[in-house]
Amino acid sequence: MSTNSQQPEVHHPVIHRDDTAKKLGMWLFLFTELILFGGLFLVYSIYRYLNPEDFSNGSHHLDVGIGALNTMILITSSLTVALSITAIQKNKPKLAIGLIVFTIFCALLFMVNKYFEWGHKIHYDLYPGTELFKALKPGEGLFYVLYYFMTGLHMLHVVVGAILLGIMANYIRKGMITHDNYVLLENGGLYWHLVDLIWIYLFPLLYLIH
Amino acid sequence: MDEQKHHIVDYLTNIKVWVALAVLTILTVWVSEFNLATLTVAVALSIATIKAILVLSYFMHLKFDSKILIIMVLVTLVIFLSMIIFTFFDYLYRK
Amino acid sequence: MTTTTLPNYLEDKQGKKGLMVWLTTHDHKRIGLMYLAALSVFFIVGVLIGILMRLELLNPGKDIVDPQTYNSLFTLHGVIMIFLFVIPGIPAVFGNIALPLIIGARDVAFPKLNLFSWYLYMFGAMLALGTLLVGDGPPDTGWTFYAPYSVKTGTNVTMAVFAAFILGFSSILTGLNFIVTIHRMRCPGMSWFKMPLFAWALYATSWIQLLATPVVGITLLMIAVERMLGIGLFDPALGGDPVLYQHLFWIYSHPAVYIMILPGMGVISEIIPTFSQRRIFGYKAIAYSSLAIAFIGYFVWGHHMFTSGMSGPARVIFSILTFLVAIPSAIKVFNWLATMYNGSIDMKPPMLYAMGFIFLFLIGGLTGLVNGALAADIHIHDTYFVVGHFHYVMFGGTGFAFFAAMHYWFPKIWGKMYSIKHATRAFWVLFTGFNILYFPMLVVGIMGMPRRYYDYLPQFHLPNEISTVGSWITVLGLVYMIVVLIQGMRKGEKAERNPWHGLTLDWQTDSPPTLENFEEIPTVTEGPYEYK
Repeated sequence: MSTNSQQPEVHHPVIHRDDTAKKLGMWLFLFTELILFGGLFLVYSIYRYLNPEDFSNGSHHLDVGIGALNTMILITSSLTVALSITAIQKNKPKLAIGLIVFTIFCALLFMVNKYFEWGHKIHYDLYPGTELFKALKPGEGLFYVLYYFMTGLHMLHVVVGAILLGIMANYIRKGMITHDNYVLLENGGLYWHLVDLIWIYLFPLLYLIH
Repeated sequence: MDEQKHHIVDYLTNIKVWVALAVLTILTVWVSEFNLATLTVAVALSIATIKAILVLSYFMHLKFDSKILIIMVLVTLVIFLSMIIFTFFDYLYRK
Repeated sequence: MTTTTLPNYLEDKQGKKGLMVWLTTHDHKRIGLMYLAALSVFFIVGVLIGILMRLELLNPGKDIVDPQTYNSLFTLHGVIMIFLFVIPGIPAVFGNIALPLIIGARDVAFPKLNLFSWYLYMFGAMLALGTLLVGDGPPDTGWTFYAPYSVKTGTNVTMAVFAAFILGFSSILTGLNFIVTIHRMRCPGMSWFKMPLFAWALYATSWIQLLATPVVGITLLMIAVERMLGIGLFDPALGGDPVLYQHLFWIYSHPAVYIMILPGMGVISEIIPTFSQRRIFGYKAIAYSSLAIAFIGYFVWGHHMFTSGMSGPARVIFSILTFLVAIPSAIKVFNWLATMYNGSIDMKPPMLYAMGFIFLFLIGGLTGLVNGALAADIHIHDTYFVVGHFHYVMFGGTGFAFFAAMHYWFPKIWGKMYSIKHATRAFWVLFTGFNILYFPMLVVGIMGMPRRYYDYLPQFHLPNEISTVGSWITVLGLVYMIVVLIQGMRKGEKAERNPWHGLTLDWQTDSPPTLENFEEIPTVTEGPYEYK
């Protein structure tokens, strides 16, 4: 696999490309992300168990419409990332770039929605530290704290995911990702699907379970 | 994990999965309008799990990947669920 | 095989200059040595703090520091020793150096990521030590950062917690790297069951790093946000439950105990067959028991919380599960002993440290069962018995395994040999000092002396005096050992390729190896311990 270089001064190990290793590495990273959110899901489930009424009340005050819209946006963006991988496999880089750009557009739309959703609550002083917040029942307070924490951390992942996909689109443009070397795009896609997966659970847990 | 041929999920399959996800999303919102009492959580989480399995199998290609990867995903899930279940051993029996 | 014309990895500068040779390297051996350098410094700082604490405890009442300083001392001793030394310890140093060598690979799977982990580690370490210098004084919560005190105290907890968060990520990335390396980069012919046991131990450890560390990450993040915004997640006044913090913390930190000990067991599993020149007894049992320890280790965290107000059934369940963990640990010990039976045992320093490990780990493990027994733990929880047990496992176990690895791979790393005579003497000083230092803690704990106090009742005076004297002997042993090793590194005789007559692949290449480890990737046909 590797031959001894003639100049002993500078030589680099020749390591062959191993796509399976890269993909496995990405999956392992996704496991840690899953457990990271898992800690929050654990806290959520315990406090929900301890304060069922308050959590139900809190959940009633969230806007199911915005939540459902954001869910649709995310699953659509997940689709377009998946399609972009199919496109690159079929050697259609332009189509792939177009699909990724659309995905990033979805990510922005998601963030705009979230901005209005959070903004609305903050406008009414519904955040930790305010008089209104202190007057809430402890369980309701915990619900909103978890709501902010979980959606906030998720939002951070949306931002990171969108940036990663932007880099991937640029790589396709430069020809660094091609129809026979697309593991990077697959990994970017996997990350984006994880963002979707987390939301698939966040949506019912926060918005729907009254 | 042996080298394997790269399986291409065609456009149509992806779109079908998307349709299923959209329908399930509408379903879960629609169901939440009814008062299912104790079943609310179970129904909502079951629908979410079906959606998650669809995303994992098709969008994330797990269905076409090597078995060892599927085992790893399952082990991760088992450990994650055990963390929750074992913590509940405490809270369920608190006086 | 003829000697290669390529320079070894210590001399091969790849056209770089000065420190950049090290700071920009992607070579697993160099990165391992960079970890070793950093870890040694932090270890010495940790030891110095420990010495100060023992000095304070020499007599009842105030000796040298006031109570608040003492609180910070035991917190820093814990944070430094656990997060900066014991957890990264063997995987980061000897995993990095030896794993690619023993599985016949040129490097780990992601060399750049490996270097990035080191930078993360250094950044986290600087933050942890920075708590000493900036803000309102070093944290005084103990290394566990228990809520609600960690949320209320005015000391520099946020920064310490953030440091632990960063260090956790470094640990996760190392684990990720090793798992992919072991899956993808074993040399031709090396099936899973022809893999050396150290690789098995690292594999099991890596899975714990990967699947447990994020829990503490998110928990510490919650503590940090709690301190900054007062969100009340663990504050009873706002509906939170402090015991939930303990659950979250130990969901990580108990498996983390196995992050600390499993690689140590892996090192011992390499040394014992080599120095007995015998085929290892029960190869598969040792390999599987590593996985079993990793797996069962996830489900026993509650035994740290028997007196925290957990429900009765939960306490019983966690106590029973705790006893299960002892089984795979015991399987390993019995297999090591069976390996030595009828072997031609060579009592060189690595073997001495391995024997020391078995002896001390046995005491640590058995006292662990006393702690794990629900009824007994109610009495000894938060006494010096726990401190004694913990140090027997962590220092006597992991620490001695670390030293064993250091003496074992020393000729491979440096291509030179230390003085066997002096290294042997250093071992005996260290081993004696260790037992004088920690055994009295077990006794005084049973007598009822609580831990984490800077003062104690007069009836505990004698054991504490003995213990403090033991700490001096221990330090003497450590200094002796370090001097011997540094002397060996600088002026030692040239070591052969395979001074211990080992059969694993690391011994079949040059000492020190070249940057690419092997001239040609070896092919393996039989197991790693087929001694004739």
